[in-house]
Amino acid sequence: MFQGGGVPLSWYLILSAILFSLGVAGFLFRKNIITVFMSIELMLNAVNLSFVAFSYKLQQVNGHIFAFFVMVVAAAEAAVGLAIILTVYKNRSSLDIDDVSEMKN
Amino acid sequence: MLISPPAAVEYIRFLPEIILSIFGTLLMVLNPLIRKHGSSIFGNISILGLVAALLGAIYADGQVGQAFSRMIVNDDFANFFRVLVIAIGIVIVLGSYEFLSRERADTGEFHSLILFSVAGQCIMVSSNDLILIFIGLEISSIATYILAGYLRDDRRANEAAIKYFLLGSFATAFFLYGISLIYGTTGSTNLTDIHVFLSSPSRPLLLVGVSAALMLVGLTFKVSGAPFQVWAPDVYQGAPSPVSAFLSAGPKAAAFAVFLRIFLTAFPSISHQWWPVIWISALLSMTIGNFAALTQSNIKRMLAYSSIAHAGYVLVAITAHSDIGAAAAMFYLAAYACMNVGAFIVVSHIAGKGEKHVGISDFKGLGVRQPITAALLTIFLLSLVGVPLTGGFFGKFYIFQAALQSNMIWLTVLGLLNSAVAAYYYLRIIGAMYMQEAVASTPVPQPLPRSTRFALLLPALGTIILGVFPSAVLDFAIKSANFLK
Repeated sequence: MFQGGGVPLSWYLILSAILFSLGVAGFLFRKNIITVFMSIELMLNAVNLSFVAFSYKLQQVNGHIFAFFVMVVAAAEAAVGLAIILTVYKNRSSLDIDDVSEMKN
Repeated sequence: MLISPPAAVEYIRFLPEIILSIFGTLLMVLNPLIRKHGSSIFGNISILGLVAALLGAIYADGQVGQAFSRMIVNDDFANFFRVLVIAIGIVIVLGSYEFLSRERADTGEFHSLILFSVAGQCIMVSSNDLILIFIGLEISSIATYILAGYLRDDRRANEAAIKYFLLGSFATAFFLYGISLIYGTTGSTNLTDIHVFLSSPSRPLLLVGVSAALMLVGLTFKVSGAPFQVWAPDVYQGAPSPVSAFLSAGPKAAAFAVFLRIFLTAFPSISHQWWPVIWISALLSMTIGNFAALTQSNIKRMLAYSSIAHAGYVLVAITAHSDIGAAAAMFYLAAYACMNVGAFIVVSHIAGKGEKHVGISDFKGLGVRQPITAALLTIFLLSLVGVPLTGGFFGKFYIFQAALQSNMIWLTVLGLLNSAVAAYYYLRIIGAMYMQEAVASTPVPQPLPRSTRFALLLPALGTIILGVFPSAVLDFAIKSANFLK
């Protein structure tokens, strides 16, 4: 399927899996809310990479369009997410995820 | 590939979503023009929109078929859930009048966000394509992230919003990764095409299994099933009570609809791989939810744990992986929506300004002080316990019946033991209302406003109707579960 003997599909998929795992690790172990949020964006972009790679392999346009949809959704999520992070910062003057735990008593 | 323009009938099959989006946008446009805090005009407009969408869904049910390049499938299953999530929206809007005027919050945005969220849920339940399911899920979720933190200056609401947002987006990423892998394996995101592909003997089982597992992680998060339930108590406790009511019913029902549709339409041929996983998740959800709820003194947190347990019961029905199981899950979700929304709206009424009174001790003597409120809350709680003549009883009955038919004897036994444990913490509240006298520190509740009274009567009626005449709803659920194949 690949013209010109380009990079094999599996390489793209492995890269995408590595990026996704890095995002999961960042989400689980980082303490700064902004960094945690960026880890989620990294996960979404890892998915985009696999969409585009699959789409190229299948010779379809669908996967490319899905990547655009994901980008639009990620942008909307970022707008809402940053606003929520801002209100948290205004009320607590801290962006440490451990400071945001008042309930559970 | 040439795509012909959609026919007129395709718009009718998409009617509820169109109506909801128009009304949601209308509210956003009107909001800056009519700036009046505590105004009920936006609420009235959104109720108008929701009722129109409800009628639209009933009308669309007469035009069964697919639309927009097979992305939308307008069948009985879709319309059952459309009616359910729109009805939940109506009750939430009615129940939020009191809260919005009490907290002097902006009303226009609140109601348009509810409408957009309901529109997203309608798209989720009527979509036959994974990408459209993803977009509907995000439309619904992004609106609810804002709603959870609607009171910007409330530290608890901030915490709820940030936790809901971060964990919700995290779950979405897993779901999306699953979609991309199944797209790469099968070359399609259409559920019917995926089913056809997986029916062939040469299917790559490993990759399909991985993608189904990733989707399962994302969906279990969204329905607050164990082991991904940790966000639910904090979010339901911190969010304003009407929003908690909404979160525990609407998005959850839509996520379960997606759960059923994906796993019964696209993945039935690999059911031997996924049902044991859901078996464990169902048992964990019931046990963790019920036992953690036993020790709670905050009623919102208690109801949050109870909603985890109820998600576990629905997961039991999905574990059965049969038509009758799907129908039982649908019936249970309708009954659960009635009783849980009702209970949360009573909590919202009693909590008072700033939601200070959310302890179980704040319900002491309510049976004397406000007999109607106490009686309605009793109906909801008895239904949550699963007492006969309430929707909750038949819901549990059908679920465990379906589980037995699929030979899940242990799961049934453990589930029944679980519901016996659950009776304790629900009856504790009824005990506080009727057996204990109000003390000096017990807050005196405000009189019940008319809008809240309607918001409580509707789910109470639903609970009793489902408990006395369950067969009408169940027959429809069985008929629509046939569409899943």
